[in-house]
Amino acid sequence: MRLGYTWGSILVVVAASVTGDILVSLAMKQVGDLGHVYRERGFWCTVKAVMGNGTLWAGVCFMALAFFALLFALSWADVSLVAPASAALTYVGNALTAKVFLRENVDRRRWIAALLVAAGVVLVAG
Amino acid sequence: MSFRKHAILAGVIFFGALGDIALSRGMKEVGQLSLANWTHVIAAIFTPWVGVGILLLIAFFASYLTALSFADLTYVLPATSVGYILLALLSRFFLHEHISPYRWAGIALIALGVGFVTQGPAKTDDARGTRHAPAGGPPFRPGLAEGRDERGVRR
Repeated sequence: MRLGYTWGSILVVVAASVTGDILVSLAMKQVGDLGHVYRERGFWCTVKAVMGNGTLWAGVCFMALAFFALLFALSWADVSLVAPASAALTYVGNALTAKVFLRENVDRRRWIAALLVAAGVVLVAG
Repeated sequence: MSFRKHAILAGVIFFGALGDIALSRGMKEVGQLSLANWTHVIAAIFTPWVGVGILLLIAFFASYLTALSFADLTYVLPATSVGYILLALLSRFFLHEHISPYRWAGIALIALGVGFVTQGPAKTDDARGTRHAPAGGPPFRPGLAEGRDERGVRR
């Protein structure tokens, strides 16, 4: 039961995190480099541009779901298992989905990094 | 990449790791949750360590949003996974958790993955013209700021 709770909550964290990350990344690409926006339009316009983006809030909702699932997982297992396992699996999921939904160029270098991180997760969780 | 951008990535690393540690300490004090008493998670938010963890994670999120505005998601995530090493050290010395040699080896592989991805360009997604450039700004030229051409190849 304990193992089921731990890995079930980790899987919910991963699914919600990937969706949240993709939506938030999409939102920030729509806003543009905050350094440029800040220099050209000032602080409050930058805050307004970020906070007024609906895609960002959709992403935040999924991140909130991931956060509560993380709290649940942390109450059952060590942080040195839960945090790296969920975050690294999220990274692999993001590499797959970022190529499709964000049109990022996930090249060989990034896939090698994904495999290294995935192997790292197996050892961390083992 | 400028000092400002490195500082923002460092903020993602430190605030993320410290936030997780504070949350973990807080949840150990709260005790184990289950589906039967899931509402206790609401009360957990108002305990001191979980509260501090949430504040640190807000700082993490601000840094994370800023990083995503100038770099790819598939660059920011692995580049900031140095935080796992920080997290392992903090959980070993601050929470007194046991970290086995296998976990250390896993953390080393994750660090190696970070090394790989940070050798490449931070931004690659704009080659198909999907980005909305800031109003009035120059036309976006992907990778040029990093000394690379449109395909991310070093010039």
